[in-house]
Amino acid sequence: MSTPSQPQSPSQPQPQQPSQPQPQTATVQGAESTKANLPQPLAVQEAEIIAVRKGMFGNRNGGDTTGYGRLVRRIELPGQSERPYGGYFDEVENELFGALDEQDLAPELAIDKVVLFRDQLTFHVKREHIRAVAKTLRDDPALRFELCLGVSGVHYPEEIGRELHVLIPLMSVTHNRRILLETSCPDADPHIPSLYPVYPAVDWHERETWDMFGIVFDGHPALTRILMPDDWPGHPQRKDYPLGGIPVEFLGAQIPAPDQRRAYN
Amino acid sequence: MAEQAEQPESGTAGPGPGENGEHEHGDDGRRGDFDPYGDGDDSSGRVFTVTGGDWDDIAASLGESPEERVVVNMGPQHPSTHGVLRLIIELEGETATEVRCGIGYLHTGIEKNMEYRSWVQGSTFVTRMDYVTPFFQEVAYALAVEKLLDIEAQVPERAQIIRVLLMELNRISSHLVCIATGGMEMGALSAMIFGFRERELVLDIFEMITGLRMNHAFIRPGGIAQDLPPGAVDKIREFLALMPKRLPDIEKLCNENPIFKGRTVGVGYLDLTGCMALGATGPILRSTGLPHDLRKSQPYCGYEQYDFDVCTWDSSDSYGRFRIRLDEVHQSLKIIDQCLDKLQPGPVMVADKKIAWPAQLALGADGMGNSLDHIRHIMGESMEALIHHFKLVTEGFRVPAGQVYVGIESPKGEIGCHLVSDGGTRPYRAHFRDPSFNNLQCVSAMTEGSMIADVIVAVASIDPVMGGVDR
Repeated sequence: MSTPSQPQSPSQPQPQQPSQPQPQTATVQGAESTKANLPQPLAVQEAEIIAVRKGMFGNRNGGDTTGYGRLVRRIELPGQSERPYGGYFDEVENELFGALDEQDLAPELAIDKVVLFRDQLTFHVKREHIRAVAKTLRDDPALRFELCLGVSGVHYPEEIGRELHVLIPLMSVTHNRRILLETSCPDADPHIPSLYPVYPAVDWHERETWDMFGIVFDGHPALTRILMPDDWPGHPQRKDYPLGGIPVEFLGAQIPAPDQRRAYN
Repeated sequence: MAEQAEQPESGTAGPGPGENGEHEHGDDGRRGDFDPYGDGDDSSGRVFTVTGGDWDDIAASLGESPEERVVVNMGPQHPSTHGVLRLIIELEGETATEVRCGIGYLHTGIEKNMEYRSWVQGSTFVTRMDYVTPFFQEVAYALAVEKLLDIEAQVPERAQIIRVLLMELNRISSHLVCIATGGMEMGALSAMIFGFRERELVLDIFEMITGLRMNHAFIRPGGIAQDLPPGAVDKIREFLALMPKRLPDIEKLCNENPIFKGRTVGVGYLDLTGCMALGATGPILRSTGLPHDLRKSQPYCGYEQYDFDVCTWDSSDSYGRFRIRLDEVHQSLKIIDQCLDKLQPGPVMVADKKIAWPAQLALGADGMGNSLDHIRHIMGESMEALIHHFKLVTEGFRVPAGQVYVGIESPKGEIGCHLVSDGGTRPYRAHFRDPSFNNLQCVSAMTEGSMIADVIVAVASIDPVMGGVDR
């Protein structure tokens, strides 16, 4: 392992002010630029810092005799990507932004950012517009993302104001394309409109995400627990929910439970 | 067990409309003084426990209100529900008017556990999800980690070929299990015997290559754990020669069997529109005639170099799915043959020593482990090698922050792996889109209005494995 403080991939842009985590506010500079005909890409934003970790492992309370305690690592997820994305992605974005414009829904209001990472394009959609965007993606003849492949929640407890994320992979069998939708909601108001009216396939996936993360999908016909028992307290996949586990005795030694073992930041 | 009338307020039956008000206002996890282990006095309907006997007597004992609906719980422990699947069936005579699935009985928290283990240890967990198709989870996971690491191009050719080889062998064994258990549930016990007999041949090959019949954890991020052992290619060639003689047993028994066709043709019907709406993939989707196969449309592991056909059928029913599975076994044999021809000596793990497991595995006196040469090297020759081994094994490698979704074609449909990394040595989040989980949603659409015996056939044609559904 090289220096543990900066294990980012070289492709990620470096943020200029690392001390200020920037919550994403849809910047509309891109929309005001000159070319009027084509839908404009969103302004390039900095990488998103979701957490800052200190130290490497071991005791976090006592004196630091190793020097590792001074390590600081910013957890950054890639931010808005620069055009062109390559492949069919540019066409998908043009068509989607154009179709949203036709519905009087300005793309820069509905979509926070578009991220290209490892040849996969992710549209980060504002939660109140997720259903309109999904319906457009499904119905527009040039897009035709008819297959929804599920809903997967992620909990970022340190990303204040948008702790709970949801990733929705879409596939177009017609055009043989894939994109990802992502949306988020704050922990204090864990509501996201259900995609059930657009893609009935998300029925169980949304129930699972409710079960595991406590995200309420408004408009889902029967949002009940699916994997855990009905009377289960809490939502197990959240980061604040303990793994549990008991120490294991082995040949006279005691091996701590997995969540009690040494972890590397 | 038969229940009468209303279901208990918060039964796992869940998906009935009208229950959605329950959770609308953010659940804080507490449920008042509700006692889940109470004596059951809070269930509102009368519950009958039926252990055999004459249905007429039971119906008569329902007494005063015969027009009320009868709800039957089939499972979670029932020989014909494919593992711990609970089917909640509302009956009118022998017609199932409403069918719902209750799942979660095999939930083991694999995804949560993976957040507390290193990236390499993850393959040990994912292989246990759908235990009938272990290699497909392993490949999906390995491909996702490789994508996050951006080392897809560096994975050696030989490793990719062996992955394809193992996946296609696994596709055969999975389809044979589906045909065997599906046949058994219909009373075609010969199909069961033939299916498991052939599957045993595949499992013998797995045992020879990986040391285990299931739960292999053999395909690792960056390549595979170990090269093929001596004699493996010959054993697979024997298998390839034997299977074309064995498969006709099942084909002759079932393909044109009037009883078999009577049980399966037109049963579990789901057309293309239904499949698209419900996200069904795999043989269910291909039984509608749509040749959607990720091996062809979005090749991975070098599938574009192999010559094979995508099998379809146009009947959208259980019989079509059965025929597709049989045809795919033949196509898989074809691919395996090409794999063996393509195999060239070479490495089976990425060259990057910061990612690759420091040693190849070898069989010792006490089982599979790091090779003795490697132990001698790190213990007696090089302290740096020991440090490197220690760091890589205990801490693991770091994976750049970001998220990916990778989907591949498992025997049951698209298995997707969503991985999030925070740049650390463990997955920040791992989620699997298991095809059985999604496809089980189709049970209601396939079976409502049909006879209760057809429900069994429809579920068998979906081929759910609850280990994958519940994870």
